[in-house]
Amino acid sequence: MQNQFLISDIDGIYVLIFSILLGVEIIKNVPAILHTPLMSGANAISGIILIGGILQLLSAEIDDYTNIICSSTAILLATINVAGGFFVTHRMLSMFKIKRK
Amino acid sequence: MEIVINLAYLYSATSFILGLKFMGNTQKAKSGNLFAATGMLVAIIATSYLVINQDPKVENIIILILVLLIGTVVGRYMSKKVEMTAMPQLVSLFNALGGLSAFIISLNELVINFNNDLTIIFKTVVISGIVLGGASFTGSIIAFYKLSGKFNKGNPKLLKRVSQMLLIVIMILSISIITTPDFTISSVITIVLISLFSLFYGVLFSLPIGGADMPVLISLLNAITGIATIFSGIVFNNPIMIVGGVLVGSTGIILTIQMCKAMNRSLKNILFGVQKGAINTSNDTEIEVQQTSTVEVSSLLAFSKKIAVIPGYGMAVAQAQQACYELQKKLIERGAELTYIIHPVAGRMPGHMNVLLAEANIDYRYIKDMVDVNDAMEQFDVAIIIGANDVVNPAAETDVNSIIYGMPIIKAYKAKQVIMMKRGMATGYSGAINPLFGRSNCKILFGDAKESLVKINDELKNI
Repeated sequence: MQNQFLISDIDGIYVLIFSILLGVEIIKNVPAILHTPLMSGANAISGIILIGGILQLLSAEIDDYTNIICSSTAILLATINVAGGFFVTHRMLSMFKIKRK
Repeated sequence: MEIVINLAYLYSATSFILGLKFMGNTQKAKSGNLFAATGMLVAIIATSYLVINQDPKVENIIILILVLLIGTVVGRYMSKKVEMTAMPQLVSLFNALGGLSAFIISLNELVINFNNDLTIIFKTVVISGIVLGGASFTGSIIAFYKLSGKFNKGNPKLLKRVSQMLLIVIMILSISIITTPDFTISSVITIVLISLFSLFYGVLFSLPIGGADMPVLISLLNAITGIATIFSGIVFNNPIMIVGGVLVGSTGIILTIQMCKAMNRSLKNILFGVQKGAINTSNDTEIEVQQTSTVEVSSLLAFSKKIAVIPGYGMAVAQAQQACYELQKKLIERGAELTYIIHPVAGRMPGHMNVLLAEANIDYRYIKDMVDVNDAMEQFDVAIIIGANDVVNPAAETDVNSIIYGMPIIKAYKAKQVIMMKRGMATGYSGAINPLFGRSNCKILFGDAKESLVKINDELKNI
């Protein structure tokens, strides 16, 4: 199945360009102290690739084993990336508390 | 139906953007992370709901729920177990998983659509996803092993040459497959070759980059996974994948640029250039150092008003952060003013040292970036350097022949007194000789950083 999703090609280009501009503006102001959590948080977001795996898996025919095995493996790997990334970022940021004097 | 999905995706995109924005602020960072996580959850639920609504297949739904659960449990376990010193390894490993996932999904999408009439754009995008995902996967795995100290550099010159040639081969193969109108058996072989070469390219790409360039490599691999995600997003015409991929790509690229600046090296030089050998003009002249003792250091500290602490990765290796925190408490009780000064590439990934200090309960208000204090280093009565070497090496400013010439350094030598805690006389990671050791205002305290700090803490009680 071709996943004719929600946007047309030209919309896709708009989304691409605006999010690049926005992303650069937001991230360039992050102070050095927060670079590691920023990177692990962004790393978790890169696991959004699992959406592609979900689209493949849920529209796979029951007897299409290669497709099912490939897509579920991909989802598993990306989920570890997502969950691990958000949890470890949370753990790191919990250390950056202001301590009372 | 469509409007619900669109709204859900809008929420996800907003939460990613605002989440990352909040992560730039120490007060809001934690909620920013949680916000981004909810966006991820909403995107997963909305996408699944959309497909299930059109065409429900019970078996596939069960598999999906299972893998999501297993993945979450495994990810949570890994994130709980990791030591903060091993954070760069963990990020590399997660990045490898993301890259492999992109690789599999792109390859699978190509297989699914194999007999369809494919547009050139579709083929270009899918092949790009395969190449970048595969290279990011093996590249990150190599980075992981290098960070764990299991590999050395090999022959950088040869590796960089071979990897450049391999990249050209991958490009030629990709162009040939993209311009082929109908897929035949030879196309299958080409695709398999492209996949294998991409995996191999990742290995060759990461292997020759090492040591002090590690923060650059990690940032760059992160960016590559992000870009692979963008390509997949275009394949699926899926806006949230595009937005997510772009944000990750931007983060990776901006951090890469900042790390390169911090070392005064160009990305081209790190990736393709061959580092000149360590020519140390001062190599032959023996540097005479002044040794000091914990007793002397503690009495010096006890009567100093303004103290700078310059931590390096060596402090983390010695697990001396906690002892450093104890020292900070004692000195502040005595009315001293303490400042931690962090070099941008301290540690093994961007911002790594800050996390290590935060873990030891050191309040981030005491922590200053190099650029903010470098012009006023004269104000410090004492600068204690714990496990750092190259980042305070004045040869970077004065010795044109030094391998680190041009790298911005913390001007510790300007402090009234410099104390260096070192295990021995070995050079730093770059191999450059450090003339700071021989300066009249520099004294060296030999020994394990943690043991020395504990001793100093004990001595301070008696003063």
